[in-house]
Amino acid sequence: MGIPALPLRRPGGTASGRRRLEPWMYLVPALAVLGAMLVYPLYQLVLVSFFDYRQPQVTGAEPLRFTGLANYRALLSDPQFWEVLLNTVVFAGACVLGTILLGGALAVLATRLSPWVRTALFLAALGAWATPAVTGSAVWLFLFDPTLGPVNQVLAGLGLTEFAGHSWTYTKTSAFVLVASQVLWCSFPFVMITLYAGIRAIPEEVIEAARLDGASTARIARSVMLPMLRPAMTIVTIQSIIWDFKIFTQIYIMTNGGGIAGQNLVLNVYAYQKAFASGQYGLGSAIGVITTLLLLLITLAYLRALRRQGEVL
Amino acid sequence: MLRRIRTDAAGLLIALAVAFPLYWMVLSALKPRAALEAGDPAPFTLTPTLDSFRRVLLVDGFGQYLLNSVAVAAVVVTASTFCAFCAAVALTRYRFRLRTTLLVVVLIAQMVPVEALTIPLFFLMRNMGQAVPQLGLNHLGSLMLVHTAFAVPLAIWMLHGFVAAVPKELEEAAQLDGAGSLTFVTRVLFPLVAPGVVACSIFSFIMTWNDFLFAKTFIISAQENQTLPIALLSFFKPDENDWGGIMAGSVLMTIPVLVFFLFVQRRLASGLGGAVKG
Repeated sequence: MGIPALPLRRPGGTASGRRRLEPWMYLVPALAVLGAMLVYPLYQLVLVSFFDYRQPQVTGAEPLRFTGLANYRALLSDPQFWEVLLNTVVFAGACVLGTILLGGALAVLATRLSPWVRTALFLAALGAWATPAVTGSAVWLFLFDPTLGPVNQVLAGLGLTEFAGHSWTYTKTSAFVLVASQVLWCSFPFVMITLYAGIRAIPEEVIEAARLDGASTARIARSVMLPMLRPAMTIVTIQSIIWDFKIFTQIYIMTNGGGIAGQNLVLNVYAYQKAFASGQYGLGSAIGVITTLLLLLITLAYLRALRRQGEVL
Repeated sequence: MLRRIRTDAAGLLIALAVAFPLYWMVLSALKPRAALEAGDPAPFTLTPTLDSFRRVLLVDGFGQYLLNSVAVAAVVVTASTFCAFCAAVALTRYRFRLRTTLLVVVLIAQMVPVEALTIPLFFLMRNMGQAVPQLGLNHLGSLMLVHTAFAVPLAIWMLHGFVAAVPKELEEAAQLDGAGSLTFVTRVLFPLVAPGVVACSIFSFIMTWNDFLFAKTFIISAQENQTLPIALLSFFKPDENDWGGIMAGSVLMTIPVLVFFLFVQRRLASGLGGAVKG
């Protein structure tokens, strides 16, 4: 890096050539690691999904065979795939809706609390948010343990004896609700804190003016606050959709890998089980491609929304 | 006045409910084993003990897993922050073709469902292990590599805002004073964006620390190279769960994240924190 001071003033020549190369020198580490660990695997994912790639092919006992769309055809004609897709959409949808309703309601509540109560609420929320998915799931399993968990004990103690020894993960709906409650607990804080900041950013005068014009609280919430909160709402909605759609850890741990007979499988867990439990890597990759495409659609919607808000790139 | 008290009471109740699972986690980690096995539902304990912590750390080798997790996180934080800082410099202090395209790519890369990449990454690491064992399956190197890559897009996105905020005039002044562009970047720019570097390091740390899926996929048989989440999972045994141990392990795993969360809490509302939860 020997050339001092001068290049700034010297037109053309080697200095400007170097100037053109410089950004790429800075980009090399990031591009190398992203290329090797993100772009290349993405390409491989799509490639493998077109092959018959199972345990014999992995060990080399049988040759690799290009089968085109056979994996996709097998998936689309498998009723279990459709069930898993439906599970994913309903589960993620319920989580997103629940998170936003709870987070939004608590954000509004937070604006009316005394400062010290608000701090207590935010600290508790921060704790829930910070809890790793693995430990959160472990705690949930303990709280809802059939015999030793405090939830069943309290319910049984209240006279609801059918809850003594009751398993919360036995039926499909109950297991999904249990997982959803954990997801809700650890993801509402993001919505609450973001929306709270959004509400605080609305100028007091605007609401005062609406009130002077005789608008009711409900009317102010609907016609004044909600439109002004739209940017924050868009972000939390789409972020929530993206996380809840991708959930793996909570389902895997709390339903022990997808529930009894796979009743609680969602797309990511399904792909994992197909690949690593039954050795059907081609099929698993096809599920991965479908998940990625679905999420890409959501991401594009997110980018469009950002652009409409005038976010600069 | 009465209404205020009512809302405050409601808020306080909700705060307690939200904090309850964490409270129960800490409480159960401190309860004596006998009380837990008898299903003692008391929301307090008169005989707190550190036995559970001692058990997981000494008997179950939790200390080793803790060190493994720390090692992976430390390498990922350093490597990803380095890559991201360099990239952020390129994307903000230079005008070149493809600049905007690259920024959009970074934004999209941040949203790639990395969970879907487990299968190709598994085979990539298997092949890599044949060349360099330390970077292959069953070694921590594989986790360091993938998590560095996963952390880079968000880190670039965060840092590019910080780097862009440093005025152009500063660079010109440094150049007039005889500083080459590398000197400017390392001696002037880097210290100026230190707060951003800290924030994005913390996000990378949390993302890596919490990873369950890749640790589970890559570390198949090497018990000694497991990280915390998998070690915690291995405590679960049908019908004879050592809940005290599981909760003590959970506490140990949660504390670092909690501390870092308190550090970055001001930045959480800007939406960046969003990318952390997976």
